[in-house]
Amino acid sequence: MSELQTDTRVSIMNQMPEADVTARSALYFSQAATQPVFGPGQAQVFLWEDALRGQLVIRGDASNADFAKGVSSALDLALPGRLSSSASATMALLWIAPDEWLLLCDLEQAFAIETRLRDALTGHYAVINVSGGQTQIRLAGSAAASVLQKSMPYAVSDAHFPVGKVVTTALSKTQATVRRIDSTDWELTVRRSFADYAWRWLTDASREYGLHLGQPEHDET
Amino acid sequence: MFRIYCPYCGELREEEEFHPKGPAHLARPADPDNCTDEQWGDFLYFRDNPRGLHNELWVHALGCRKFFNVTRDTQTYLIKGSYRLGESPDQARTSGDQA
Repeated sequence: MSELQTDTRVSIMNQMPEADVTARSALYFSQAATQPVFGPGQAQVFLWEDALRGQLVIRGDASNADFAKGVSSALDLALPGRLSSSASATMALLWIAPDEWLLLCDLEQAFAIETRLRDALTGHYAVINVSGGQTQIRLAGSAAASVLQKSMPYAVSDAHFPVGKVVTTALSKTQATVRRIDSTDWELTVRRSFADYAWRWLTDASREYGLHLGQPEHDET
Repeated sequence: MFRIYCPYCGELREEEEFHPKGPAHLARPADPDNCTDEQWGDFLYFRDNPRGLHNELWVHALGCRKFFNVTRDTQTYLIKGSYRLGESPDQARTSGDQA
């Protein structure tokens, strides 16, 4: 057998469609079918889709200094360690597994960033555009943690799940990568094929607290 | 329900996130073309069913998706600990992996 092939010869392409193709997010039809039950005044849960984000899976050996340095120089973000994330104004890098990270970025920028990563990395690594394969559901509000707690086996208390932590766990009968963006602001990455199920589950679970579909009116700044 | 320690996430997680994958340390016959049917059948189909401590392969299916081994008592369901592939059962632990 030959040695491990470390020379990555892959053909990459910009997956962005032409400008005249209508892009529809994973939850386009699910959102249209859901009726908001309370106005924003009473709502304790805000639910919306952070639609059509650019998503890249980055794989490599974290103990390889060149890999860690290459990623952080290409993204201007530190490679996060176990169960954590690093974020800038436009990007977030999430730990998924010891050799796997998920980069969330602007969809228009995904190809440029992928090219930048490929230029900065050498050896045995992988960068895969998975933008079409999953979507981000955002959950905010004072009762957001309660909604999550009844949906997941993982404890979401402040001590156990501080801001910035990333945990991939069970969300009802499916799987979600949960990131705590702020004390009352959560991001759930779900597979496209399970997005409708997760959306329906979360809207139903939020109803008892008062649900508003959409972002909170005044941004927490 | 019981909790299992994932040596890659470094946390105790609910059993719901894991799948058992059978006994650990199964040795595949080194030369499958020249082993007997009995040897191959043993490897493929026949499993021990011990009473007491048992080393098992588990996967953190809904978490980091890594495989690791668990030492579990089949009589009391007590989990002694987990250890990574390539480590030995006496390294089974329920905490202490560095990030």
